[in-house]
Amino acid sequence: MSAGTPPMSGPPKPQAKALNCPKCGAVIVLRSFGQAETVVCGSCRSILDAKDPNLAVLQQFEAATREVQPLIALGTRGKLRGTDYEVIGFQRRSTNVDGITYYWHEYVLFNPYKGIRYLSEYHGHWNDISICKTLPTAEIGGVTTVNYLGETYKHFQSADANTDFVLGEFPWQVRVGEHAAVTDFVHPPRVLSSEKLDQEVTWSIGEYMYGREVWDAFKLPGAPPEPMGVYENQPSPVTTNVTGIWVAFAAFAVFLLALMAGFDMRAKKEPILHGTYQFNRAESKGESSFVTDGFELTGHPSTLEVKTYAPVRNHWIYLNYALINQDTGQAWDFGREVSYYSGYDSDGSWTEGKQNDAVVVPSVPPGHYYLRIEPEADPSLPGIPYTVDVTHDVPVFGIYGIAFLALLVPAVLISFRAYTFERSRWSESDHPPMDFSNISTTSGDDE
Amino acid sequence: MTKPVANCPNCGAKIVFRWWSSVQTVCDFCKSILVRTDVDLKKVGQVADLPPNSSPIQINTEGKYGNKAFVVVGRILYEYDQGGWNEWHVMMNDGTSAWLSDAQSEYALSLFSKAQNLPAVAQVQVGQQFSWSNERYTVSVITPAHYRGVEGELPFQYWDKTEVTFVDLRTESGKFATLDYSDPEPALYLGEFVEFDDLKLKNLRRFEGW
Repeated sequence: MSAGTPPMSGPPKPQAKALNCPKCGAVIVLRSFGQAETVVCGSCRSILDAKDPNLAVLQQFEAATREVQPLIALGTRGKLRGTDYEVIGFQRRSTNVDGITYYWHEYVLFNPYKGIRYLSEYHGHWNDISICKTLPTAEIGGVTTVNYLGETYKHFQSADANTDFVLGEFPWQVRVGEHAAVTDFVHPPRVLSSEKLDQEVTWSIGEYMYGREVWDAFKLPGAPPEPMGVYENQPSPVTTNVTGIWVAFAAFAVFLLALMAGFDMRAKKEPILHGTYQFNRAESKGESSFVTDGFELTGHPSTLEVKTYAPVRNHWIYLNYALINQDTGQAWDFGREVSYYSGYDSDGSWTEGKQNDAVVVPSVPPGHYYLRIEPEADPSLPGIPYTVDVTHDVPVFGIYGIAFLALLVPAVLISFRAYTFERSRWSESDHPPMDFSNISTTSGDDE
Repeated sequence: MTKPVANCPNCGAKIVFRWWSSVQTVCDFCKSILVRTDVDLKKVGQVADLPPNSSPIQINTEGKYGNKAFVVVGRILYEYDQGGWNEWHVMMNDGTSAWLSDAQSEYALSLFSKAQNLPAVAQVQVGQQFSWSNERYTVSVITPAHYRGVEGELPFQYWDKTEVTFVDLRTESGKFATLDYSDPEPALYLGEFVEFDDLKLKNLRRFEGW
């Protein structure tokens, strides 16, 4: 900067230090250039004072019956959020809930410029954690929610965390057997944790990571452990905003209704034929069929509705219809049954069938037509009157029903998926979803 | 701005003050602690070698804070029972002085505040709140520390100081304050946490293998 300044000789470049354990003589590598407070001998499990040039023994612990192997070896480097980090420490922690001990693992990550970060792992669920620089605020009214950087975190659980296995370097005075009161607040994919040790409270913020991302970041061989269950801040697989889906659904439903109303208004609904007939078994020896008067359909190819009414009661009548185009000879055959039954049994009264029937023949081109009708009926009946109404150009609503369902089904499925995911998330919390207030906000409400 | 130039009363080396109101500096050659008087420089002590330190910052590191450029001109190394931290004395390009603290790579930048009626050290407790410059600060930690070493230019004389109590305060918006009780009259520094990347630091130390 200034020419007159003598050149700075500067201290030598710091490098990772290799020392020997004062207890067992094993080599101990100090990777954090003096940022560590304690370092653990990998072979004799002595916790050493990393600030002491002689590495004074601070504590010695018995390794658990089963040795705990970190999934990412100490000294491994990886890239997290664009920064290289080296794994310098590892600890296993446990908590006891209703007589069951749960274990999780924490990795201390180091970069000489960016400092310390942590990775935690619980049954295949990972979190990228850093210490909060900003104080979270408890919302007025209690400890169930906490605000951090403008977002609301919900209390998930409070637990007593025990440190029961340590390896490598730690930027604090770590001891095996130490207990901290840990409280987690979640806002998936983030988790805000307060850790109270003695009188000091440390807040940290974690973001969920998939095992695959960790494996990629540290270029680890093989596959990460499969995640078990749903983790407290695991993002819901339902990435879309569930409320938004229903808003969209409502908008579509309104649109469909408008479309229906529009087509209904445009439809001519032109009465073509109205006939009342009587089916008499006595008269219809042999051939019972007959043809109606002819009628003309005009305009563009459109729908033709054939309605049948018969005042049957515990009887049936069956009508074989044929719509025949006089000009081309083209015929549309269709059979319709009108039947109505009612009765009374142990469950009460019942009915089945209807006295009305309607059928729509689609896309009937213009031309001259008539209907051929061949009735059949319950042989026990002497005669049945029936009415046939033919209407041209009626609106068809079935397609709207299908469209409506096509939209409703995914919306329901997505909501159900989101609901069950949130339910399994919160079932692991201090607030299992007995009432559903906890899951009122499904995930993704601000993604 | 012309830089005050003088010679070390101990070894005669040229001493260049990079900041016009520096009160104390350290001779780069003989490590004498020099205090500026009205007429000349007076040697008041000798710095011991600083312990190995992991800060990536060093004297002459340059950076940016907002739209102001700064250069690191001095440093105080403090120690407490849980470790140590650096207060880097930085000179802004508008001539003001500020402090860039580096506590295990957690960086904060703060400026001296002229606020009056500061609380006495005995009155302060963790969790207590104070308001300065329309911000509400909460006491997060009270740290008894001691001076471990010094480098470069400082805006005050520190050389005969040993023990000091610091009170750290935080806000809910990432702001931060320190009450410094090294003098009979407490001093207040107000600042905020800063991201390493945002400081756009140049001329950093190199670490073997990184």
